[in-house]
Amino acid sequence: MAILTTEGLTYTYSAGTPFEKTAVDHVTLEIGQDQMIGVIGHTGSGKSTLMQHFNGLLQPTEGKVLLSGKDIWADKKMLREVRFRVGLVFQYPEYQLFEETVFQDIAFGPKNMGLSEEEIRRRVLWAADALGLERGLLGRSPFALSGGQKRRAAIAGVMAMQPEILILDEPCAGLDPCGRRLMLQQIGNYQRQSRSTVLLVSHSMEDVAEYTQKLLVMNKGRLFCYGDTSEVFRRAEALREIGLRIPQITSLMLALRQRGYDLPEDIYTVAQAKDALLRLLRREEQTC
Amino acid sequence: MLKDITLGQYFPADSVLHRMDPRYKIIATLLMIVMLFAGNSPWTLAVGGLFVLLAQLLSGIPFRMSWKSLRPILPVLFFTAILNLIFIDGGETLWQWGILKVTEGGIETSIFMFVRIVLLLCGTSLLTYTTSPILLTDAIESLLSPLKRVGFPVHEMAMMMSIALRFIPTLLEETDKILSAQKARGACVDSGKMADRVKALIPVLVPLFVSAFRRAEELATAMECRCYRGGEGRTRLRQLKAAPRDHIALAICLLFLGASLMLNLLKL
Ligand SMILES: Nc1ncnc2c1ncn2[C@@H]1O[C@H](COP(=O)(O)OP(=O)(O)OP(=O)(O)O)[C@@H](O)[C@H]1O
Ligand SMILES: [Mg+2]
Repeated sequence: MAILTTEGLTYTYSAGTPFEKTAVDHVTLEIGQDQMIGVIGHTGSGKSTLMQHFNGLLQPTEGKVLLSGKDIWADKKMLREVRFRVGLVFQYPEYQLFEETVFQDIAFGPKNMGLSEEEIRRRVLWAADALGLERGLLGRSPFALSGGQKRRAAIAGVMAMQPEILILDEPCAGLDPCGRRLMLQQIGNYQRQSRSTVLLVSHSMEDVAEYTQKLLVMNKGRLFCYGDTSEVFRRAEALREIGLRIPQITSLMLALRQRGYDLPEDIYTVAQAKDALLRLLRREEQTC
Repeated sequence: MLKDITLGQYFPADSVLHRMDPRYKIIATLLMIVMLFAGNSPWTLAVGGLFVLLAQLLSGIPFRMSWKSLRPILPVLFFTAILNLIFIDGGETLWQWGILKVTEGGIETSIFMFVRIVLLLCGTSLLTYTTSPILLTDAIESLLSPLKRVGFPVHEMAMMMSIALRFIPTLLEETDKILSAQKARGACVDSGKMADRVKALIPVLVPLFVSAFRRAEELATAMECRCYRGGEGRTRLRQLKAAPRDHIALAICLLFLGASLMLNLLKL
């Protein structure tokens, strides 16, 4: 069942001036429950702009955003409620930290929701654990953390609101490869445990191939395609035309196929590739 | 929302006024201010008006731009005009109600003041419309450079001005971003009681200051890495050089000023 739908969503920056720019152009889509959705697109394709409509930070120039079937702009008083149900973590969220301690900063969102002291405490600890923030750090000033720890604290601040939809705009930008992998695993675990929907904006095809079930592809403000990750990557040519590529491992497998090795076409992660190659090698051993 | 605030309101175009030496433009603006304030008869004001109109036409700035810079101040202008109208005594009384009365002198003064301020605003905004902030600070530095002899830090002042101007749009953008991020966490900045609103600003102001200080430090380091040591012995990429046309322009300004002063003397 769909929680969030958009109908002909259009947004124009600086409308009516010479700098007019339509960043999102008639996008109609449905976002369902309990899934991890990757959002990809060339730089400037309107991903961040689209995401800011999902929690009512931007008001559509045209079209509608419906949450559980209700137009979020029908009643402006409802907007705050919408922001608790749809959590948005911006790109480089470190700059939003402001409290005296990490604990208080993560508690900012839940506190705004009007939860009890006890519930806030429970949620803060839960979010910190989910992202692997050690308890010892919670009493420190957020400005005394490392870059990666700051990022985790900022994301925990939104996670602690336990939104039905969590949107992460490039959560791994600027992290080291190990930190990246760990962060994505933690986000994946969070999604499975909470059975909520997570939207992951990313520039890494490898990451979305490994961690998401569905893909939303944006191109020049329009919805290019939206479907199962494996279905989308099958359209390698079309993706290349809009400035995207398929995961490196998929390219490698396709190249091997062209050389006559009997490998399947739909391999998108290193784990799948390993299995397929081992199977191939075993088969060749048997035939020898 | 915050982007609508225009501060360095440079309007790029290619006109005589845009190409004029910014130092001469500043001087011409000062002359214009003298012209408008020295005049005390409709005729001198007409000369000033002609001057502003001429400059406007030469600048290639559309009239609606001037209207845009004028509009926010209009209520204040009307308010002062009404005060003048009511409280200034002189000449025949046309209308009276209690202590409030409208006299001929009052009407004259209020119209006169109104037109003068409008001309002043239009004329001075032409300076910022046709000169980029960087050129403007260069020109101010150059004009104030005689003060260096008495130990006034002219170069440092100008450098501070250009850095400030450079970072205004950046900080506005940053404020917008932080505001959105905190709104996404349920902060309400634009509703509630006054005390609540002030409290709600903390989540925005703290990160803003943190990032402003970080930027300042980074910029200072970058400048030091490039051996910046203040104004001494420093050469410029853009040299301000007066062309013959700048002198002609200045002569025209003086002519206008002379004409308006003459009219003043003749009590026309
Ligand atoms: N505040 C703004 N004012 C005017 N135009 C904007 C603004 N923000 C974005 N744009 C324009 O809207 C378009 C879409 O921008 P958006 O940030 O949504 O892209 P994106 O897909 O998130 O890109 P990236 O992958 O680089 O983050 C771009 O062409 C951009 O120039
Ligand atoms: Mg973006």
